[in-house]
Amino acid sequence: MPLDNPSANTRKYKLVGTRPDRQDGFDKVTGRAKFGADAVAPGQLAGSILRSPHAHARIRSIDTSKAEKLAGVKAVVTRADFPDKTAGDSGLFDILTNIMARDKALYEGHAVAAVAAVSPAVAKQALKLIKVDYEVLPHVTDVDEAMKPTAPVLHPKLFTEGLAEKPKKPSNIARRYEFGHGDVEAGFAKADIIVERSFKTEATHQGYIEPHACLANVSPDGSGELWVCTQGHFMVRDYCARLLGLEISKLRVTASEIGGGFGGKTTVFLEPVALALSRKANRPVKLVMSRDEVFKCTGPTSSASIDVKIGVTKDGLITAADATLRYQGGAFPGSPAEFGAMSAFAQYHLDNVRTIAYDVVTNRPKQAAYRAPGAPMANFAVESMIEELAHKLGMAPIDFRIKNAAREGTRSSYGPVYGPIGLLATLEEARKHPHFKAPLGPNQGRGMAAGFWFNFGGQSCVSLNIPVDGTVTISVGSPDIGGSRASMCLMTAEELGIPYEHVRAIIADTSSLGYNDVTDGSRTTFATGMACILAARDAIKKLCQRAARMWGIPEEAVTWEKGYAKPAGANAGNFPPLSLKEIAAASGGTGGPIAGHHEYSADGAGVSFATHICDVEVDPETGATRIVRYTVLQDAGKAVHPSYVEGQFQGGAVQGIGWALNEEYVYGKDGRLQNAGFLDYRIPVCSDLPMIDTKILEIPNPGHPYGVRGVGETSIVPPLAAVANAVSNAVGVRMTELPISPPRLLKALDTVSLAKAS
Amino acid sequence: MRYESPTSFKAAAELLSKEKGQAFILAGGTDLLVRMRTGFIEPDLVVDIKRIGGSREIKKTESGFKIGAAVSGAELGEHKALKKAWPGVVEAANLIGSKQVQGRCTMAGNLCNASPAADSVPALVAAGAKAVIVGPKGKRKVAVEEIPTGPGKTSLKKGEIVESIILPKRAPKSGDAYLRFIPRSEMDIAVVGVGVNVTLDAKGIVTKARVALGAVAPTVRLVPAAAKALIGTKMEDAALDKLAEACAAACSPIDDKRGTREFRIKVAGVLARRAAIIARQRAGGK
Ligand SMILES: Cc1cc2nc3c(=O)[nH]c(=O)nc-3n(C[C@H](O)[C@H](O)[C@H](O)COP(=O)(O)OP(=O)(O)OC[C@H]3O[C@@H](n4cnc5c(N)ncnc54)[C@H](O)[C@@H]3O)c2cc1C
Repeated sequence: MPLDNPSANTRKYKLVGTRPDRQDGFDKVTGRAKFGADAVAPGQLAGSILRSPHAHARIRSIDTSKAEKLAGVKAVVTRADFPDKTAGDSGLFDILTNIMARDKALYEGHAVAAVAAVSPAVAKQALKLIKVDYEVLPHVTDVDEAMKPTAPVLHPKLFTEGLAEKPKKPSNIARRYEFGHGDVEAGFAKADIIVERSFKTEATHQGYIEPHACLANVSPDGSGELWVCTQGHFMVRDYCARLLGLEISKLRVTASEIGGGFGGKTTVFLEPVALALSRKANRPVKLVMSRDEVFKCTGPTSSASIDVKIGVTKDGLITAADATLRYQGGAFPGSPAEFGAMSAFAQYHLDNVRTIAYDVVTNRPKQAAYRAPGAPMANFAVESMIEELAHKLGMAPIDFRIKNAAREGTRSSYGPVYGPIGLLATLEEARKHPHFKAPLGPNQGRGMAAGFWFNFGGQSCVSLNIPVDGTVTISVGSPDIGGSRASMCLMTAEELGIPYEHVRAIIADTSSLGYNDVTDGSRTTFATGMACILAARDAIKKLCQRAARMWGIPEEAVTWEKGYAKPAGANAGNFPPLSLKEIAAASGGTGGPIAGHHEYSADGAGVSFATHICDVEVDPETGATRIVRYTVLQDAGKAVHPSYVEGQFQGGAVQGIGWALNEEYVYGKDGRLQNAGFLDYRIPVCSDLPMIDTKILEIPNPGHPYGVRGVGETSIVPPLAAVANAVSNAVGVRMTELPISPPRLLKALDTVSLAKAS
Repeated sequence: MRYESPTSFKAAAELLSKEKGQAFILAGGTDLLVRMRTGFIEPDLVVDIKRIGGSREIKKTESGFKIGAAVSGAELGEHKALKKAWPGVVEAANLIGSKQVQGRCTMAGNLCNASPAADSVPALVAAGAKAVIVGPKGKRKVAVEEIPTGPGKTSLKKGEIVESIILPKRAPKSGDAYLRFIPRSEMDIAVVGVGVNVTLDAKGIVTKARVALGAVAPTVRLVPAAAKALIGTKMEDAALDKLAEACAAACSPIDDKRGTREFRIKVAGVLARRAAIIARQRAGGK
């Protein structure tokens, strides 16, 4: 079906762009909503997982005999219960090895065995009876250390890919990537000023409030059910089926309500283990992570080490940009180094650009996606340098950015040529914003940064059903992590021409719909939302057929307008319009139930840009930084539910602020995580922050009928640099390492004042 | 696990001293329950003291204030007379946790939990507070700084319970203050804490002072040298510099995930200065 997509925002919307209450809100605020740990099944057992205390150790043997003999223990599983069925798929084999250690424990917290018992207390007791014989090995957790030739090697079969020649020795460098165009050396030769610096960022966790949880129930006939908190239950189904050798159609997975994911729930951790335990015990098994397990055993994002070199002419034109990015992604390949390299310079129009990235393994938990994976760290390095260059040029940082900004027709640093994009609009809007002109107090500084994210489309499948009362249910397969059900209902109601309250969205289980990609890549409101629109159009076709039948005229003679079937013209006959409700009421006699459907793989997710402005106040005696004011300006294409778009802008900004100032994975010399809890892993609390101001810009995406672009991820890209630039501008010292925690900042200030004194 | 809620301290002390397994006193439970849930401790007996008569009362007496061991942070904050006399102690106790935690947490629990970073303790030590202890052998009264002996360790003997905390009667022109450094604005643990308590004479000269530091040593520290730096001065810059130096010198902190040694030492001096200025203001000085 051709999309009558807007080239400009000309369409007048009745519902899209309004802010009704979300339909899942009532159950959430009254405690009725069922999350991962809320499911119960008759006869259910409590599962618990034994985890490695060592960062790196060979597992010589595992003796579970005592645990198995303990009264109340119904099943114990170890690596022996997870034979390799991955058929040479190395990514899947890594997942298998991550959910249950095989020959080695690769990080502290790596699962080594699991127990299902009649109570959590018995399960815990059983874990203590399992004897694991470890041979402790040297470990490495820092990305730069891990790349050294002397570093302990995690995987003897890991040879760096992406090099001209296959290396002779294994190493911790999984892969090298390179992007760019032009000739950077020639570009630097034309530069009047060249600045070069190195940056470091620590790993951060998505910090979702709801720990991972699931309830598995496998029947002896080979069928199974799984209730799980996830961003993608189809992904869970397919991974689990393949890892355990189940038939995909026999495993029915239902997604619970979800207390946050931010990318961290886009893979499996507990689920295959719960299924294996249930299969062995022949009873339902529930597994729920503690917060400590969430930090140690799920996937935070990468830590990074980045070198950037940029050359400019005296009048502020960038002649060349070059960066080398090193990301460790924990114990397995797959860090978002590639995305870091692709996105680092994506906001600039560059003739000569090159980025080289290394994906590195270390003895840390396997990273998972975290909101715009890989981009925030790269953006921190690049936007810090842009700020510094602007100062060196004596140019206002915003003018420098505008002068070099990517625009329609720019060849991006990662390859494609941009269509209509909103970067300049956000920069111009920032310059006009009152925040930009507001005076600053003592010890305060202002910083800004511009950021980019690709966005994604992907597979979606939607069913729409119209019962006899003329209300509508849409069954979607994308877990709702940010209010997407409200947006789906708005778009469906808009298209059908009925009130928002008449449409209800549910997240259907994996046996009810075709495959849906995970809710990630800012894809859901774009791709699944578009599938809702197209399913509604499919239903409209059928509604028109029914009206035609009711009137006894050909179906081509019926059109749909604002919720009513109407004769297409005077020739069609003179019938009063039939409402959706009237057609639905008659459906039993006109051909049975009325439904719409759409399944596809969506292309055309428009890229997205944002500009952030941040004011901070630094206490020069303690190094404490307070966010005084913060503004997000971002292109949403079209904001379907503006409150939830603003929520995404604010949420991303807050997570980025935490990353910039206090959040970090702190490892001891023993390779163990020191701060596996919210007390010492400091995400910002409400009182740490001012209200985050937002400004939604709407530059329509030609790839969507309403112009929608994904908005969920871009907002975490600029804050690291915006905060760091603000701090640096407040105190006159450039901070190149995150987090800018008080001890780190105070030390930097002391070093500078000492240097000044001497 | 057995749970008991006796109605007298004597009965409570008896239950505790008779128990052969691991026995714990439950006040607000904001430390105890967390440690139970994370599996750090597996008690055989828990003795709740909240049902004991008087344990939840704040009494103004001839000699000062008597604060029952089960009085919550929120109750301290709502007591006008106490807040007026000992604003530093109350503000320290009110810094503990969040609104929810405030409804439960007690100063006695904060003290007996024996964390070097406990917020109310430096303020209590600076105030010269005493703890009344009930045990199988009767009552005794000790300075609060005598109770914690190291992280998680106290000088209390088997069966002993803190029954109440006594704050002395206030001399005119006195004021106290507590400041802590945390990387966030709340829901955090002190990286450094400083309690300062001063009394001025008519001319605004410090006649009495007590300064205590938290989170910079295995226990909260009373710092006589810091008090000495203030006594006999109007807290001019030179005196405040000396105070900061004395505080920095009294620190023996560790490097850990919460802050480096050098950071703690430096910030101890900074906060001592700031707290002293607030205490002076509250004492009616300038
Ligand atoms: C979310 C959260 C935030 C927190 N924030 C802070 C903070 O900012 N600052 C801070 O200092 N602390 C903080 N804490 C720790 C805790 O709240 C305080 O230490 C509190 O004062 C403990 O008081 P309680 O009455 O709850 O103690 P309980 O948990 O009841 O007891 C603590 C310990 O003292 C013993 N005990 C209790 N009462 C007596 C008594 N009368 N005699 C002898 N022994 C006794 C108990 O057996 C136990 O070992 C926080 C805790 C949580 C959960």
